[in-house]
Amino acid sequence: MSKKSTKANAKPKYLFGLDSFGDLAALPDGSLMTHAAAIRQVVDEAILADQLGVDAIALGEHHRSEYAISSPETVLAGIATRTKNILLASGVTVLSSDDPVRVFERFATLDALSNGRAQVILGRGSFTESFPLFGYDLRDYNELFEEKIDLFSKLLTEKPVSWSGNMRPSLDQADVYPKTESGRLQTLVGVGGSPQSIVRAAAYDFPVILAIIGGDPARFAPYVELYKKSVKQFGHQAHPIGVHSPGYIGETDEEAARLAFPYFKTAMDRVGRTRGWTPMTRQHFIDEVESGSMYVGSPETVAKKIAKTMSVLGASRFDLVYGFGPVPAEARLRMVELYATEVIPRVRQLLAKEADGKK
Amino acid sequence: MEKNSSLPTLGILGAGKLGITLAQLARRAGYQVMMAASGSPDKIALTVETLAPGASARTSLEVARRADIIILALPLSKFRNLPRAELSGKLVIDAMNHWWAVDGPRHDIIPDDRSSSEAIQDFLTDSRVVKALSHMGYHHLHDYTRTAGSANRRAIAIASDTAADAEIVVRLIDRLGFDPLPIGSLSAGVKLEPGQPAFGANLSLEELNQLIRA
Repeated sequence: MSKKSTKANAKPKYLFGLDSFGDLAALPDGSLMTHAAAIRQVVDEAILADQLGVDAIALGEHHRSEYAISSPETVLAGIATRTKNILLASGVTVLSSDDPVRVFERFATLDALSNGRAQVILGRGSFTESFPLFGYDLRDYNELFEEKIDLFSKLLTEKPVSWSGNMRPSLDQADVYPKTESGRLQTLVGVGGSPQSIVRAAAYDFPVILAIIGGDPARFAPYVELYKKSVKQFGHQAHPIGVHSPGYIGETDEEAARLAFPYFKTAMDRVGRTRGWTPMTRQHFIDEVESGSMYVGSPETVAKKIAKTMSVLGASRFDLVYGFGPVPAEARLRMVELYATEVIPRVRQLLAKEADGKK
Repeated sequence: MEKNSSLPTLGILGAGKLGITLAQLARRAGYQVMMAASGSPDKIALTVETLAPGASARTSLEVARRADIIILALPLSKFRNLPRAELSGKLVIDAMNHWWAVDGPRHDIIPDDRSSSEAIQDFLTDSRVVKALSHMGYHHLHDYTRTAGSANRRAIAIASDTAADAEIVVRLIDRLGFDPLPIGSLSAGVKLEPGQPAFGANLSLEELNQLIRA
């Protein structure tokens, strides 16, 4: 525990991650990869990312046909035994429709397999398929998360837990296994822009990752402020802030924009249909690329945009959602490579230059 | 331009993403803003003070009583908790949308033959309900305010049963930074609901008009 607080006080260490939901890649004949192949694809990408020094891979839980990953920690376990350094995160684990005890057990297992590289990123999720699937009522959306994050925070003490609530059977001095070697499973909260979620994460002393999937990232600066003030109010130390956003890295800006648009449109429109959104227009895409939250372009352009966001928000972690939509396997792998070998070093350079300028 | 002291006081019920964004826009435009969430004001005081400086956190009863115009930015399914008596006689802007994830099936809360804003008017019998600020995503609301006459200004549709109330909301929308587009009565508000072409629209006046008249 004391180790953790010195970490929070240390000089900012930048951390760069890659995120995937296991989108089904398009094959040369226009058909889509099978779910099984898409999962193996992500494992290959994570191995490459580890070899090239990417800090984290985060896999999001979904229960929809276009995404292969419904069980991130199982895929992460596969990755764990074939990698050395990369952090193995969920992005996110939909805690509301899961059981906190089982989530702890699964991630503590992953932590064992990976020698302490597991990270749970808890969230309410922006999709809702998991609710009917696991027998939860969407009308309990808020209460489910409130209660389960409360229980989860108690389980993280790795001591016997007594707990009672409305959404799950009570626990009386329940001890949960396996225990982790560090004594504390790394846990963060993914936040989509609801102020209450920021305050809640601060109350439980969890670091936050902001999922910024549209609009000017600078809009979140006051949210970072809210996080810091809330942390203080609850008597905790502020943790480093993370950001998660979608992108596409190509050889040039023109190529990246041309290739990315249909993939992004496919992905966004598919989600939009279930939420009553209108289809994404090219103008919307261009707005997002130019001044919003889609990191599309050459390595230089993407690096500049990431550095700008991190600087404006004082963030020390950035996770790029790299295979958004039916991006072919070859392009996905190339993106992992460009991110690791060109984008990350350049972002570090830009941030260091800026830090020097401030001295 | 009117003096700030002559501007109506805005009350916002709901301090989530939309409520906070609207408070930010309203403060930027010089309005006095009061906000309330479902619980006690203490619970949102820091949020309001940090994200929308100058706005104040109150109880929903106070907001309903003291504000001149009240904007509804709470989950639609919670509308029966609104302080009906305190809102009587008031101009109430309904910025809510049905989102099944939090609200459950639409027909459980809104009759199939009514627009969601008509259902709000049916409940708030003695209030003057106008639908506006509902079709554009909150981050677009935040990022796309422009002064009147500037290029690339975006439009916000307004549905109202009376021309007089529509006119008040027209002035508000314009001052917040958008081109107002009255589209007719509250029943026409159905054209702005989820699943309709105009839902999510972040478009110019002309483009939005075309979409709605189509």
